[in-house]
Amino acid sequence: MTERIVLDARDLVVRYPGSPPVVAVDGVSFTIAAGETVALVGESGSGKSSVARAVAGIDRPAEGNVRFDEGPVEPLGVRRRARSLTAIQMVFQDPSTSLNPRRRVGDQVADGIAAARARGLEGSRPEEWFERVGLDPSWVSRFPHQFSGGQKQRIAIARALAARPHLLVADEPISALDASTQSSVAALMRDLVAELGAGMLFISHDLAVVQRIADRTLVMYAGRVMESGDTAKLWADPQHPYTRALLAAIPKPDGTGRIPAAPTLDDRASWTTVPPITD
Amino acid sequence: MSAERGTGNRTDVLAAGWRTRLRWPRAWRSPLGILGAVIAVAWVLVAFTASWWVPFEPNAQVLPRLQEPGVDTLLGTDGTGRDIFSRLMTGATVTIPLALMLVVAAMVIGTVVGAVAGYFGRWIDETLMRITDLVMAFPTVILAMVVAASLGPSLFNAVIAAIVVSWPQYARVTRSLVLGLRGQNYVIAGRLLGRSPLKSLTVDILPNIVGPMLVLATLDIGAAILLLSGLSFLGLGAQPPTAEWGSMISSAIQNFDAWWLGVFPGLAILTVVAAFNFLGDALRDILDPTAEVARENQADRTSSATGAAA
Repeated sequence: MTERIVLDARDLVVRYPGSPPVVAVDGVSFTIAAGETVALVGESGSGKSSVARAVAGIDRPAEGNVRFDEGPVEPLGVRRRARSLTAIQMVFQDPSTSLNPRRRVGDQVADGIAAARARGLEGSRPEEWFERVGLDPSWVSRFPHQFSGGQKQRIAIARALAARPHLLVADEPISALDASTQSSVAALMRDLVAELGAGMLFISHDLAVVQRIADRTLVMYAGRVMESGDTAKLWADPQHPYTRALLAAIPKPDGTGRIPAAPTLDDRASWTTVPPITD
Repeated sequence: MSAERGTGNRTDVLAAGWRTRLRWPRAWRSPLGILGAVIAVAWVLVAFTASWWVPFEPNAQVLPRLQEPGVDTLLGTDGTGRDIFSRLMTGATVTIPLALMLVVAAMVIGTVVGAVAGYFGRWIDETLMRITDLVMAFPTVILAMVVAASLGPSLFNAVIAAIVVSWPQYARVTRSLVLGLRGQNYVIAGRLLGRSPLKSLTVDILPNIVGPMLVLATLDIGAAILLLSGLSFLGLGAQPPTAEWGSMISSAIQNFDAWWLGVFPGLAILTVVAAFNFLGDALRDILDPTAEVARENQADRTSSATGAAA
């Protein structure tokens, strides 16, 4: 394929201090091409967010390296971030802490536009972005506390996309939203990212949404990628027992009111013994 | 249909009117807060205007010695025939502006040190905070005495001594607030958009800690006045014949029978310190967002309860 690779993460290892140190991510490698949406799924504690933070350069991985647009990703430090790296943007899980409570939301979206302009791209206006994410453009002079969680998340998405990223890292962007807004926000992100021709790393534990928007899916368990591949194929024919368990855990709205059984400890122990399956 | 909408609108307008009418007084509802604000404002006014309207020159020795409070000398005269009332009011022009200035200076120094320590962490944090601990380890007044005495007794040196001993608490509070905000998503998002650490501090973090810092500063004004007066009382601040409350009390000790010499400067210190403390407490209640929400909810409940009763 001749696709442009925007992100190339190799053998990422993330450790958190402690005795013994917690190995949150244990040798994860993947690539994201321009215009592609890659989903990262797995239970809580499986290392999804650690991967996101390492990829976006918020935390420094203990081992391995991350390349973005053919350059290394330097973690945030004392210095201002290199201009080229502002093409990595992130949308966070909790919309209530994603926006500065003391600044007008229009100004915060304008920060994104300024980042795009600093990279020599054409400018835009906050109002346009408000319209794109489905908000009233006249709301730009409001403060964050005047918005609901879903609206705040849309503003955070507008800010990230206004920087015209080549890579959008979305760390559970929909899990704090209610069911009716979840799929609309997810679809919105996918459409806008596709429009910009950017790649997206979409982290979620909502498998139904992932199935709808992701081109490829990585399944993580205990810090390792257990299975990866084309979303449709993975869904139709899961190979790894953990993937199967994950898919079986989706409640079915079939009217029987059956709640999926939780996996036993033996099941959990067996998952790590099965080698990862990649295509 | 249209009539119904009309009444609906009217109740909306009424409700909005209620809310705007209630919001300001509710913030100031605590009587102590109002009292503190009134007294503090009165003293500040006195401090900036006293020199124009005091009945006697504060250092003029033109009256009978040790005259009791009465009609022609409101608060009596001191041992050298100076009018206590005039000296008291002029004392405010010395103490209050200096106290405000020293609080602002201490707040600026403490905020800068604390913000840098909290934001950058690691060895910068360690170094700055150990220096802060070093200063905090000494009892405030003793350290201020040492500094003032080593610089030489004068009002200016007393202010410097007071700044030296009062910045660490601002540094401590700022550091802890910055530590809490540093990991917030909007701060990280700002950094990802290419903001430098300095810009991140000034744009994303400092505006969000202004409220608590203001409260701390207001509460600290009282302490600053006490410290300045205390240094003057010990002879390390204002030098005679400057009219200053602490030195007035100090000289009152020599004439113990004349109660008015010490009581009125003492009352002046008491009222101004209490006023700024009340004001600070009220400010804290106002600026605490959770308290605000709790109050609004309570007000909503009461208004809906009265609405239901009606």
